[in-house]
Amino acid sequence: MATVVGAVTSSHVPAIGRAIAKNLQQDPYWKPFFDGYPPAQAWLAQAKPDVAVIFYNDHGLNFFLDKLPTFAVGAAPEYRNADEGWGIPTVQPFTGDPALSWHLIESLVADEFDITMCQEMLVDHAATLPMALLWPGGGKCPVCIVPIAMNHVQHPLPSPKRCFRLGQAVGRALDAWNADARVVVIGTGGLSHQLDGKRAGFINKPFDLMCMDAMVDNPEKLARYSTLDIIREAGAQGTELMAWIAARGALTGRVTRIHSNYHVPISNTATGMMVLQNDAQPIQARAA
Amino acid sequence: MSDVQRDYGIPGTTVFDGWLARKGYALNRMCYSFNSAANRDEFVRDEAAYCTKYGLSPEHRSAIASRNVLQLISAGGNIYYLAKFAGILGLDVQDIGAQQTGMTKDAFKAMLAAAGE
Repeated sequence: MATVVGAVTSSHVPAIGRAIAKNLQQDPYWKPFFDGYPPAQAWLAQAKPDVAVIFYNDHGLNFFLDKLPTFAVGAAPEYRNADEGWGIPTVQPFTGDPALSWHLIESLVADEFDITMCQEMLVDHAATLPMALLWPGGGKCPVCIVPIAMNHVQHPLPSPKRCFRLGQAVGRALDAWNADARVVVIGTGGLSHQLDGKRAGFINKPFDLMCMDAMVDNPEKLARYSTLDIIREAGAQGTELMAWIAARGALTGRVTRIHSNYHVPISNTATGMMVLQNDAQPIQARAA
Repeated sequence: MSDVQRDYGIPGTTVFDGWLARKGYALNRMCYSFNSAANRDEFVRDEAAYCTKYGLSPEHRSAIASRNVLQLISAGGNIYYLAKFAGILGLDVQDIGAQQTGMTKDAFKAMLAAAGE
């Protein structure tokens, strides 16, 4: 059976891509952000995942408003990055894991999540930058990926509760996957930020810190918010928290916070990252 | 669908719903095309012709000409597609944040930094 080693959640601000390209990791503006990642890299080196399931939102690279799925699961042998129009360098292609993709697709649809299936899928900065932060150096990413895109462009967005349940369904599917593989779940985006409107620049540190605490042992609290609640509390784009909630939902064992970092601001965004380890529990304890 | 834009009760904040997605479709479709460098170049060479090619409404065209982000949002522009237009203009998200809030960029950056205190 597959082993879900844990989850890493991380902001994915495009400016990070420019900073990596210019080697600004030790620059005073960037250092408090980049310093969050070596502990995550060390944990990954020890947890040794083979594959990453990535919950993220596409920002108008692969999907447009003509056909916009609420949830889309990648089923490609390879995922390419491409020009997004705002000048961040593209990264090397990622290797897919079609066997896991189709296992997830079959399991999710059986679980009444009627997802869109994508045998071709470009991945944007929301998928590529957290991977570049977790496996730095610019070489070929050492893990395969299965991207799960969540609509964050066009309202109505999937509710936090629905995103949590999607994550739980992915977690059940991973636990049941008959493969000798180690899986890490990644959730990208957030934390509080707003790019558009007269409230542009809105950041809510107390709310973000509360969310990071709830991610460890009370994710249901986050799942109870409405989308509008999160817009009000975390800004118009703060709803990217949905990917964190989904990633947390996929952890079905005993969850321990290994590391976290929070830094304001990068670009217009309050950035956060967490490493949550997932330790298997006996079935009885899980049911209790 | 209602004929008027819904008020979601969050000041200074746009919820990009079906009403706006319908209103801004051609504008967003044009901005989505700016993922391609060849398209960005074509826009820069002849902006008016490019707007015509994508079927922009007079309101869309006026908003594009204004370079005013609040006006572009009001015309149905979605911030993720508009950011690709901003890329052509050499503006980053702090530039457009400053423009929308009526601040200088330095004041806007200071506001962001203060939120981390």
